Amino acid sequence: MNAPGLKAIVTVMLKPGVLDPQGKAIGHALQTLGFEGVGEVRAGKVIELELSEHDPAQARAVAEDMARRLLANTVIEGFHVEIAS
Amino acid sequence: MKAGVVLFPGTNRERDIAIALQAVSGRRPRMVWHGDTDLAGLDLVVLPGGFSHGDYLRCGAMAARSPVMGAVREFAAAGGHVLGVCNGFQILTEAGLLPGALLRNASLRFLSQDCHLRVERADTAFTRAYRPGQVFRAPMAHGDGNYFADPATLDRLEGEGLVALRYASPDGALAPEANLNGSARSIAGILSPNLRVMGLMPHPEDLVDPLMGGTDGLPLFAGMAEALAA
Repeated sequence: MNAPGLKAIVTVMLKPGVLDPQGKAIGHALQTLGFEGVGEVRAGKVIELELSEHDPAQARAVAEDMARRLLANTVIEGFHVEIAS
Repeated sequence: MKAGVVLFPGTNRERDIAIALQAVSGRRPRMVWHGDTDLAGLDLVVLPGGFSHGDYLRCGAMAARSPVMGAVREFAAAGGHVLGVCNGFQILTEAGLLPGALLRNASLRFLSQDCHLRVERADTAFTRAYRPGQVFRAPMAHGDGNYFADPATLDRLEGEGLVALRYASPDGALAPEANLNGSARSIAGILSPNLRVMGLMPHPEDLVDPLMGGTDGLPLFAGMAEALAA
């Protein structure tokens, strides 16, 4: 096991225009609870990765590669990578 | 017809597929574990239904990256026939062997009921024992069967005649109420450009014997056995 390096936080969301019934159901439930003024609700995933990388640019490149190849299905999803220490 | 059926952890319809294949070909298919890569001598590879790897991350996402799928990709590239049913269809899209993706059913409900499928083209190894426009009944059992692709991809699929099956009413009409999972353009099954890879969400293998309640699905397997008789 390498010394702990940087953490990557990958957020995966359905692309705009892709129907998100889960988000819709959450929105309806919020209305039922009496929360007014909630517009569109979208639900996604957050994946935290502990990486061995210490270089932020390298860590980002690796996490983006992982996102493209597995974490997100780019046919329907977009992703965003954040690097944290 | 020498058929192989791929098993992933969480696959649960492999026996149903095996029964259907054996009924039409008299041969028991070879079971292929997801870690194996030897598909030598096979005419057909089937990816059966189930919940591979617990549907974690996305349905079929893990299975699509397993060792056997590299071999399935090579098998398909060499002109081999591949059928993906339900989770198998999801795996084929995740692996990029068929375009698009299967989203959560528009109703958000898991659908376990019969549907009706209209045959859009009957000149493929999978559909040759049906007539064009014929409607047959098939059981469905999925939570994520809502076919999605961007409009350009949908236009290409339709333009090139790669839509194999659509959800329809028993008399063959396309209607929102017959499109139970909300699939784009009522698409239930699609083909690769060489017509040798097909994916569909419903389960024709579960209607291949009067004891199952009907034989509507039998022609799909009988057609393959005819086309791939060796």
